[in-house]
Amino acid sequence: MRISWIKKGLFFVLVLAIVIPVLFPLLWMLASSFKTQVDIVAWPPRLVFTPTLQNYERVFREQNFLKYFINSSIVGISAVAFSLIMGLPAAYSIARFKQKRLSIFILVARLMPGISFLMPWYIIFSRLKLMDSYVALILSHMLITLPIIVWIMSSYFETIPIEMEESAMVDGATRQRAFLSVVLPIAGPGIVTSVTLSFIFSWNNFMFSQVLSMEKTKTLPIAIYNFVSYAEVDWGAVMAAAVAIMAPAIILTMIFQKYVVKGLTMGAVKG
Amino acid sequence: MEPKKIRGSFLERNLHIIFPMPAVIFVVVMMFFPVLYTFFLSFTNWNLTSGMPLSIVMLRSYQRILREPRFLAALGRTFSFTALAVSVETILGMIIALILNREFKGKGLTKLIMLLPLVSTPVAIGIAWNLFYDPTIGLANFVLTRLGLPKQAWTGSSSTVIPSLALVDIWQWTPMIALILLSGLASLSNEPYESARVDGATEWQIFWRITLPMVTPTLLTALILRSIDALKTFDIIYAMTGGGPGYSSETLNIMAFKYSFEYFRMGQASVILVFLFLLVLIMSLLIVRMRKSLEL
Repeated sequence: MRISWIKKGLFFVLVLAIVIPVLFPLLWMLASSFKTQVDIVAWPPRLVFTPTLQNYERVFREQNFLKYFINSSIVGISAVAFSLIMGLPAAYSIARFKQKRLSIFILVARLMPGISFLMPWYIIFSRLKLMDSYVALILSHMLITLPIIVWIMSSYFETIPIEMEESAMVDGATRQRAFLSVVLPIAGPGIVTSVTLSFIFSWNNFMFSQVLSMEKTKTLPIAIYNFVSYAEVDWGAVMAAAVAIMAPAIILTMIFQKYVVKGLTMGAVKG
Repeated sequence: MEPKKIRGSFLERNLHIIFPMPAVIFVVVMMFFPVLYTFFLSFTNWNLTSGMPLSIVMLRSYQRILREPRFLAALGRTFSFTALAVSVETILGMIIALILNREFKGKGLTKLIMLLPLVSTPVAIGIAWNLFYDPTIGLANFVLTRLGLPKQAWTGSSSTVIPSLALVDIWQWTPMIALILLSGLASLSNEPYESARVDGATEWQIFWRITLPMVTPTLLTALILRSIDALKTFDIIYAMTGGGPGYSSETLNIMAFKYSFEYFRMGQASVILVFLFLLVLIMSLLIVRMRKSLEL
């Protein structure tokens, strides 16, 4: 009896040794976002302090973070939506017609360094007077979201038994009809996985917006970056901004945890 | 499954071409052509700020960049950053996966916590780590002094900046390797383990002889994918040091970014991009090859 207790205790300690280092930086960020500047620069660092909301007030009132929030949402949601429209049929085709080469093509698209096409875009979008436009940003973010969606969905469609469509087709439906009314309705979990992950990676993207957006379409990662570069670092406000920007991705992850794990372990990571 | 009878409308007969068409056209236009254009630019000396029209100089931009000590240093740094980060991530990830590979109360919560770093916004993470690393008020130095060790400059000194940045990458991506391996371990069959135990094998032997070989395909795929992403690391380095102090944390990606969007030397920037591109392409082909030979 005793030995099994010791074993259990030891295992518990091991799990804590894994979880605490992972969680600690995030918790410290959260704590710092409720600290005054005095508490943040205090030495030794303070664990006990009186929480304040003034950092969040500063971020949302004075820094206009709401606008960047909306920009990030517009870009992320549109990029995901257009990628679904283009990606779902492509993924279906890869899965059902065993288009190996096409799937490799999409894999390579996901792996290519963003900067190797960002520079030409910069030149082209400036010529077309599309700098600082939602169009340019959405198009660029679609190169993050589309490969993720095709990648996840093609392996998801493969798990759907082909008999489903075949029986519909025997009843006289065309294949495209069967895809729309038989396959898509039961592909919900896969779509949730791919939408969640691709939205998060669009939301977190920094490089594309840093180059292609200016004041009008600036997204959150750029806003927080600029926030630090200006003047002396107001750590409390920066941490509040960091918490605010990460909250949506973390909440999505909590809601769709099961799907996110599945999507990530399928190898579809990062844009 | 016998092939379907050819029938129906034009759309239905050509579904395998029409369905993927929009996505393929999009990727070709938005990625393939731009990459070709970058290749073309690498043979020019185009400089956006000079106002001069571009002229083709063939390999002269390559010669200049290849002789540039800053480029060679960045190339080496890109490799050392990747090697350091990915090797630690792999070993730690393996250990974590082996520990967590059993049923216990709170496993779901543990997995959820491990997901958080990899969905966190890298720029925000980088900035938060800058607060830890701050030499005067940072937690990192507080921990060191408590342990009786001397304070460090962390990202502030050229000798410690790369390991300090790699540590952030390790924090963010070790959980992903662990999660991938965990799902790989969960899919292994129990049989070889049982017979090994019957034969009286030690846990250590079981790990080296059974677990590791069986999980190797998963491990290799995860490792190469992670290496490609580590080679391209941009957000964290750019947000934390901008490539500094001096050029001491400048990787190829950061250098290419500066050449393109700070100095506007498009010709030379393109040369750096071609190198980065080739590096990633070689790694990608490695994955494709491996997937084929392992039939993943």
